[in-house]
Amino acid sequence: MAPIIEASGLVKTYGEVVALDGLDLEVPEATVLALLGPNGAGKTTAVSILTTLVEPDSGAATIAGADVFAEPDEVRKRIGLSGQFAAVDEHLTGFENLDMIGRLFRLGRTRSRARAHELLEQFDLAFAANRPVKTYSGGMRRRLDLAGALVGETPVLFLDEPTTGLDPRSRTELWGVIRDLVAGGTTLLLTTQYLEEADRLADDIVVIDNGREIAHGTADELKSMVGGERIEVTLMSTDTIEHARSVLEQFAVGDLWTDERTRTVVVPISGGPPVLTQALRALDAGNVQIRDVGLRRPTLDDVFLSLTGHVAEQEERSGDESNETLEEAR
Amino acid sequence: MERLRHAFADRAVIAKRNVIKIKRVPEVLVFVLISPIMFVLLFAYVFGGSIDIVGGSYREFLIGGIFAQTVIFGATFTGAGLADDMQKGIINRFRSLPMSRAAVVFGRTASDVVYNVLSLVIMAVSGFIVGWRINNGLGDALLGFGLLLLFAYAFSWIMAYVGLLVPSVEVINNAAFMVIFPLTFVANTFVPAENLPTVLRTFAEWNPVSAVTQAARELFGNIPAITPEPDVWPLENAALYTLIWVGIIIAVFAPLSVRRYRKAVAKT
Repeated sequence: MAPIIEASGLVKTYGEVVALDGLDLEVPEATVLALLGPNGAGKTTAVSILTTLVEPDSGAATIAGADVFAEPDEVRKRIGLSGQFAAVDEHLTGFENLDMIGRLFRLGRTRSRARAHELLEQFDLAFAANRPVKTYSGGMRRRLDLAGALVGETPVLFLDEPTTGLDPRSRTELWGVIRDLVAGGTTLLLTTQYLEEADRLADDIVVIDNGREIAHGTADELKSMVGGERIEVTLMSTDTIEHARSVLEQFAVGDLWTDERTRTVVVPISGGPPVLTQALRALDAGNVQIRDVGLRRPTLDDVFLSLTGHVAEQEERSGDESNETLEEAR
Repeated sequence: MERLRHAFADRAVIAKRNVIKIKRVPEVLVFVLISPIMFVLLFAYVFGGSIDIVGGSYREFLIGGIFAQTVIFGATFTGAGLADDMQKGIINRFRSLPMSRAAVVFGRTASDVVYNVLSLVIMAVSGFIVGWRINNGLGDALLGFGLLLLFAYAFSWIMAYVGLLVPSVEVINNAAFMVIFPLTFVANTFVPAENLPTVLRTFAEWNPVSAVTQAARELFGNIPAITPEPDVWPLENAALYTLIWVGIIIAVFAPLSVRRYRKAVAKT
């Protein structure tokens, strides 16, 4: 079956800055593709191009059979978008915002109203339905914006960092909503910097950095790229790091590494729990005092670290990607 | 046909949104509506004593001019509204919806008609208080208000274009005043045009603002019987000349604004 979202060779530059450098994407029907990458990687630019907001310098893309550049209006009928820019009107109420989107989606008066009420209910905003959005908290605006993306019940959804700024409970709820939508046949392209989110929701993950794909696969495939299990030992004191290293070296199947700041020694192993037990005995015999120990399987964070050379979370402080891209565009 | 019906439906949705906004932030409206009252009082009482209208009263003469000036100043509201919208996240929502691309601009100029009706009502009331009267009967007066509204609508399109050109809403007032001041002052709005130096007088005679003012004065019956008939075509045929300008302005600035909007939203 042909993919619902298909893009090839997308290139976009803003002056000197190369936002996208030849990106290819394919998303089959009723699946979730997560576009994973730090801020400035090009995630928002990719979404903006596929949702007809930005024209690329070169490349081709189709959404459910409609050409993104030749027939943008056809594409707009097929997509719902929630970006990082909280595309809601401050002075309208939550209800008025959703009703307006429904009308512009040509759902008709009755259906627009009903849909607005449904979504306000679904996103826990019914209590604030008749309050102007400017009285909403950040999380409420975010939820309203997401609801806005669902008004048209479109076959394809683009969610650009949908859970950024949501509290853990709202995040879990949104994941539930997304799973239901995909189970119902919706195709979703999601961008995120939260590796946990990609891990939980995505059928397929494309890791991008500097506008280019640097890895592609399921969460498990990506994890296996960085190797197998490992023991992480957190010590009581920094002084014992070298000693602990020498004790643990015999169990390692690769290079072990240490982090002075967190007093952690990480030992790649194979053999599972029995090896952990042996390692603990050796540490005990060597009189190394430990604070915490565990057998860990690689997370997507490890994937990220090994692929890009930097940790995803550290990038978060560097600012809002969408703002930067928009500024550059001007 | 279907397409056209959709386009109008979209404009109505956007216009409704703008009107809700006026309702939610009445401060803006109050502020903007106070300025015509201020002008009525300033001109009536400060200049009123020094300017003579042969055979009539300056205040009656004045109000027609202030009507014209008010709707032109009011057009800035359109520009500011659009400039403001362009900076907001909601524009991104509009851009991703299967709606008519021109609806944001058309909806804005349509909703500002509501605003112009309000400001004309306020103007008429404050004019009435200082001594302005309708002397030609209600029918002509309604025609006068209709003509002013049409002119206001056309001018909205000029300011819509300006609003889409400026980089931010803060710039719009300065940009607008560069257009507005010469147009409203080098005209017969506040003083009779025949008192102006020759070059300015020619400009004033052909200035559409003079024509709409002249037409309003005629229709409201505010021109003293003793005043000689104007001897230039635009003022002899003030209503027609105004309508021609309304047509030209809309024909030029509506497509310009829509194109500018498309370009602006495609750029980011």
